[in-house]
Amino acid sequence: MAVTIKDVEYVAKLARLEFNEQQMQKFTQDLNGILGYVEKLSEVDTEGVEISIHPFPMFNALREDIVRPSLDREEALLNAPEKEDNLFKVPKVIE
Amino acid sequence: MHRKTIHEIRDLLRKKEVTAVEVTENSLKRINEIDDKLGAFVSIEADKALEAAREVDKKLQAGETLPDLAGIPMALKDNMCMKGTISTCSSRMMEGFLSPYDATVVERLKANGAVIVGKANMDEFAMGSSTETSAFKLTKNPYDLERVPGGSSGGSAASVAAGEVYYSLGSDTGGSIRQPASLCGLVGFKPTYGRVSRYGLVAFASSLDQIGPFTKDVEDCAIVMNTLAGHDPMDSTSAKVEVPDYTKFLTKDIRGMRIGMPKEYFGEGVPEDMRKCMMEAIDVLKSLGAEIKEISLPLSEYALAVYYILASSEASSNLARFDGIRYGYRAKEFTDAIDIYVKSRTEGFGDEVKRRIMLGTYALSAGYYDAYYKKALRVRTRIINEYKEAFKEVDVIVSPTSPSVAFKFGEKTANPLEMYLSDIYTVPVNIAGVPGVSVPAGFIKGLPAGLQFIGNYFEEGTLLKVAHAFEQATDHHKVRPTI
Amino acid sequence: MKYEAIIGLEVHVELATKTKMYCSCTTEFGGDTNNHCCPVCLGLPGSLPVLNKEAVNYAIKAGLALNCTINKETYMARKNYFYPDCPKNYQITQDETPLCTDGYIEVAGEDGEKKIRIHRIHIEEDTGKGFHRVDGSYYDFNRAGVPLIEIVSSPDMRTPQEAKEYLEKLKAILQYVGVSDCKMEEGSLRCDANVSIRPEGSEEFGVKVEIKNMNSFRAVEKAIEYEIKRQIKAVENGEDIVQETRRWDESRLETVSMRSKEHAHDYRYFPDADIISLSVDDEWINRVKESLPELPEQKKTRYVKELGLPEYDAMILTMSKSLAAFFEACVAEGGNPKEVSNWMMGELLRTLNDKMLEIDDVKFRPADLVKLIELINKGTISGTIAKKVFKEMFETGNNPEKIVEEKGMVQVSDEGAIIEIINKVLDENPQSVIDFKNGKTKAMAL
Ligand SMILES: [Zn+2]
Repeated sequence: MAVTIKDVEYVAKLARLEFNEQQMQKFTQDLNGILGYVEKLSEVDTEGVEISIHPFPMFNALREDIVRPSLDREEALLNAPEKEDNLFKVPKVIE
Repeated sequence: MHRKTIHEIRDLLRKKEVTAVEVTENSLKRINEIDDKLGAFVSIEADKALEAAREVDKKLQAGETLPDLAGIPMALKDNMCMKGTISTCSSRMMEGFLSPYDATVVERLKANGAVIVGKANMDEFAMGSSTETSAFKLTKNPYDLERVPGGSSGGSAASVAAGEVYYSLGSDTGGSIRQPASLCGLVGFKPTYGRVSRYGLVAFASSLDQIGPFTKDVEDCAIVMNTLAGHDPMDSTSAKVEVPDYTKFLTKDIRGMRIGMPKEYFGEGVPEDMRKCMMEAIDVLKSLGAEIKEISLPLSEYALAVYYILASSEASSNLARFDGIRYGYRAKEFTDAIDIYVKSRTEGFGDEVKRRIMLGTYALSAGYYDAYYKKALRVRTRIINEYKEAFKEVDVIVSPTSPSVAFKFGEKTANPLEMYLSDIYTVPVNIAGVPGVSVPAGFIKGLPAGLQFIGNYFEEGTLLKVAHAFEQATDHHKVRPTI
Repeated sequence: MKYEAIIGLEVHVELATKTKMYCSCTTEFGGDTNNHCCPVCLGLPGSLPVLNKEAVNYAIKAGLALNCTINKETYMARKNYFYPDCPKNYQITQDETPLCTDGYIEVAGEDGEKKIRIHRIHIEEDTGKGFHRVDGSYYDFNRAGVPLIEIVSSPDMRTPQEAKEYLEKLKAILQYVGVSDCKMEEGSLRCDANVSIRPEGSEEFGVKVEIKNMNSFRAVEKAIEYEIKRQIKAVENGEDIVQETRRWDESRLETVSMRSKEHAHDYRYFPDADIISLSVDDEWINRVKESLPELPEQKKTRYVKELGLPEYDAMILTMSKSLAAFFEACVAEGGNPKEVSNWMMGELLRTLNDKMLEIDDVKFRPADLVKLIELINKGTISGTIAKKVFKEMFETGNNPEKIVEEKGMVQVSDEGAIIEIINKVLDENPQSVIDFKNGKTKAMAL
């Protein structure tokens, strides 16, 4: 399953990342290297083996439906790159 | 004073031979003197630290008996949130991020009177094994300033080894506490998955991450674990398993303990001098009356591949929230809303982070999910079962912590896979979710090497017992670097 | 050629919990923007979700009321997509393991009762809200993380009317069990439709078009109706139906293609390791089962069998929980079921319809209506006067005795005449009952 530049372009789009052509090539090479190594997993027989999302089965850590204080609004907006009228702002772009 | 341990400082404080403010000022002074060379810290919270120290002194003067950690300076890895302070994960992406809340471990430390003096440098978003991927600075190994401290918790390790603080917290996803502990001559502990709350730890890989301490000796490690361990309702993955007093396990008596030596962990990959160091350590264990059994963990060979799929996939999703909308870095120039994401993320993340996001996104994308992600989760099940079987035969497993001692800057940065192989002995432990500890086991050409003990689920006490017995039978933990 | 439409509905319902799905912030409306937010629902680095037990209870309730199987072991999954109103840039939902599967609702189809199958119900979280102004977009995360269930039907509906009936029934059931207030206008119930057509008699499915942005049950009906016509016309003109998402434009009364902003979705669903698996055992299911109130079907049967109402009256009165509650309160006050039913289906529903009000808006108490009927039965007032008294009651909320006394209304002593008048009232107002059945009345708020 060799990764092509096209795959890398597609994945970059999904991940909201951008690369120049040279970086694209480097990433294609790196991913192929790593995935080539990962390929060895196919040697392991996993027929009928269940998945393990966690190291051991864990069930039902649930919370009671009780309201607790939220953050102060100032704290909620504390790290906003841009805010206005107590809202997070995403500017429209002038092209 | 900076060469002392937590328990030594604690005793001095209780005997009123020093005050918490003196200890803290001494720590800050030491940081001031050496951190320009060492590069362990990304931020210092001197005012908050001194304030906490004054509180402790007040209570001490009032005759109160305080918790072990009260008044003792420590450092947090910079991926742990502390209210009103900046957490960066050593990334441009989080530069200036001011946390409006405390991580649960920080709450617990504060409740125990801990003096948090600052935030330690790390590999960007904990992705790396040398702390070289930090966007801000290199952290040096206190034993040799031309070498790496290991990673990703390199700053946490260096700060304790160099005596800037008495202990620190790191996070371990594939070895990020144990490997730098090994490279810096410290005790580094990765608890069972779920033993310590992850709430407030900026997630790298949710099913693997655990917080744990760096200390100079095992007694200190037990003391810090007593404070960290326990259920947290804010973290659904935190276990409701009773926490014993870990210091009670430090009996030095390991006669009859069954210690497994997996042949795969002592194979060709181990350099000769490392093997020699490890075998000497194993002789010590034998001399203490432990029973050494050769075992086999053949699936460990696949753990690293499983790790790179699982950790990268989880990271690709965990790091999606960094988009320049609600917090974090926002690019200055962009053309539309989607471009804000693309430019902010492209400029905000470093290469290693991007590489993992790309790998993880690929592994989860349509058409590959079953072949990579699900396959990895199934192999994980088999690795878990292999460990469970092994722990029917033995009480703990022993191995080198890392194939090598501290390496030079730039030595492994060119080939990502080579860097990844630094974690070959530590990664299986995270995949299985069992606890592991690295203890100083000797020196190779003047550089520390660590021995790893791996325990059964929630058997932290047994691990600390064997680690302590080994440590007390050797002098490696008493060595301090000359910085 | 004759065509048949294939319709499936995806309904999102906000659960009536006090707190959000994964954090303890309130779900209350109102107040300022971004004031019901915490590290978890803002997706701050380091925060972790913890599932709301009550939300799971509500989802199980909905599942049981909709005849679903409750799956014993399920896990939460992440749906990854970048959107500014989605704080983590993934939504925590369920993918391969929905909590409830394989249920159904019975609707009165064109050829008698028809089962519409429910494919699955899963739990998930709401997003924040975006406001778009000339200089940019603004985001409020008060709604981010509000608990939702998504109810996905099988493609079992064939006409827009069936789709509407399915929605009405679904809403009534969910309101009955109290899992949601289901107010489509306020967004606590949202519906997307999947519509395709095929030649009658064909077994294959046509290309499916998704319709969004329908803000009332009527809009759903109209949009589907429009979309079926559009697709038939396209096919007859030899055009291909494109698989796409279309938006219902309420002002133009047509569906409009939503230009896809990016390439095909690749949501990269995978298990969310931050939340551990959910295990619902029989004991838990039984506990929820016992807490279920009487459902509309059961109520209807009881009204017919025990209270002697005609089938039709029983159906109308059980269509909404509030209406049934009002009726039952009247009976509890000693009212004769049939007489109460007559007044409710006649004067009361007609008035509500005229005034575009709902049963919850009625100012007088059920006891007052019973009193009014009693006044007629005792011969204190005549049927004609009773109507006037009713009007006064409706407007002021005053009790009938007070109105009669204050206004000095005339006594009529002939009981026979009164009953005659009541019947006449009903006969004169058949439209209100018909309107009501067709869902035109605001009283049902459909
Ligand atoms: Zn919240």
